[in-house]
Amino acid sequence: MNNTPKKDQEKLSRREFLLNSARTVGLAGLGGLMWSAYVDEVTASSLLLRPPGALKENDFLKTCIKCGMCVEACPFDTLMLAKPGDNKPLGTPYFIPRDVPCYMCPDIPCVPVCPSGALDILSVTKKAQLDINSAQMGVAVIDNENCIAFWGIQCDACYRACPLLGEAITVEYHKNDRTGKHALMTPIVHANVCTGCGLCEKACVTEKASIFILPREVALGRAGNYYIKGWDKKDEQRLKNAKEIKTTTKISERSALDSLNDMKGILDD
Amino acid sequence: MISKNKYLILRRLSQISIMFLYIIANVWGINILTGNLSSSLLLDFVPLSDPYAVLQMFTAGAVISIDLLIGAAIIVLFYMFIGGRAFCSWVCPVNMITDLSNYIRRKAGFNTIQKKQPASRKISYYAIVISLMISFGLGVTAFEFISPVSMIHRGIIFGLGFGWAAMVVIFLFDLFVLKNGWCGYICPLGGFYSALARFSFIKVNHDSDKCTECMKCKEVCPEVQVLHMIGKKSMKVLSGECTNCARCIEVCDDDALNFSIKKFIGERK
Repeated sequence: MNNTPKKDQEKLSRREFLLNSARTVGLAGLGGLMWSAYVDEVTASSLLLRPPGALKENDFLKTCIKCGMCVEACPFDTLMLAKPGDNKPLGTPYFIPRDVPCYMCPDIPCVPVCPSGALDILSVTKKAQLDINSAQMGVAVIDNENCIAFWGIQCDACYRACPLLGEAITVEYHKNDRTGKHALMTPIVHANVCTGCGLCEKACVTEKASIFILPREVALGRAGNYYIKGWDKKDEQRLKNAKEIKTTTKISERSALDSLNDMKGILDD
Repeated sequence: MISKNKYLILRRLSQISIMFLYIIANVWGINILTGNLSSSLLLDFVPLSDPYAVLQMFTAGAVISIDLLIGAAIIVLFYMFIGGRAFCSWVCPVNMITDLSNYIRRKAGFNTIQKKQPASRKISYYAIVISLMISFGLGVTAFEFISPVSMIHRGIIFGLGFGWAAMVVIFLFDLFVLKNGWCGYICPLGGFYSALARFSFIKVNHDSDKCTECMKCKEVCPEVQVLHMIGKKSMKVLSGECTNCARCIEVCDDDALNFSIKKFIGERK
């Protein structure tokens, strides 16, 4: 008789234990999912320009410790740390070239101070010397519709502002078809040289800049492996290890001619 | 009056002067202490890094630089063997906000209408585990992107943005939702230092022979569970959750609480 209540109590405490554990796991899951969703959302911003030498965005987000040393080292106050309300990954450094561009210091003070390696000193080093010209912060993109040089008005503000004058931006001459007797002198950006410093965007005379910097990941395409520059000896090297890939579909069951002449399914019966 | 608030004044001095050193480094380039609480450089030479942030970076899959490893090791060794959880009450600027909430709570009598706190002190440890899981899963430092602690110290040094909202949220949460809610229950950084602090030398010592059981210490203590021995047993406050804030020492009129140095081995619960 005496045994029953004790047994009940034990049962209850076991039940309580299970319920409590379930509650803990459930609440941890709830918190964890909300937390993940928020973190995923705030780190998704891709339209962001990083300091010179920054790792690829994915690696940058995990490596940057958000200490702001690069911001402090920048003599032009170009760099800022993302604040709440900026809608950018919190605490990470970025710059807005239309406000303050990167002035391309030859000694690149922002990179060597980085304690975490999120700004990679090797990526801006050439022949054992710091070389700001090898930075790839972004790439300048021109809006042909609103750039007044494309209208026929003479303007070479971006070309003149470019620290790699004549290399990153060149000016091309065309005939102005509207007047028939003038020249269009239009800027063109060479993405393989452009560092994305943004001096052109800062200098642009239109109300909203018609030449602007975008992250390279956003602005540039990728040709992929299928196309090879036959005139480029180095590029042709890629063919050496190439293997033939043969695709077999229903059509390849018969000879090519038969397949071509097969009208089945094309003509109405 | 001053001697009764000696440690409080020292703590405020410590918290404010650390922030001040960071600010003068950022604004005027006086490099005594550069960076922020996530990672800094002392006297242009000694690296100091937030070990919890480094741990998250590691689980996120980042390559940890030597500077960060040394910096985190210095901080870990200091708090682990000397300071205990002193970061929370002597360095972290959030402490000033939560102390204010706590002060208003006591003076206005909110504690008398809400005596029990419906939450577990273990939440911060769960938060550590969850943060590491999210860091691993998403490949970003999970807590660093939402941390109000970083938002606030970064905000004070580099510009606040909407960071003031984080301050208000913590203030109101601690005032109306949960007594000592942020620092005592939720903050995973506090939990991280609690876990480290078990082994530290500097501990508060309780002399129960002198104790008159007025319970003033339990009223002010932000981590009241660590004072379980008051009036019962003469021993040191060994729990790592004690922040070494010394408020209990100050409010004690009977000299029953004092700082002491723990022996290296043999003093356990």
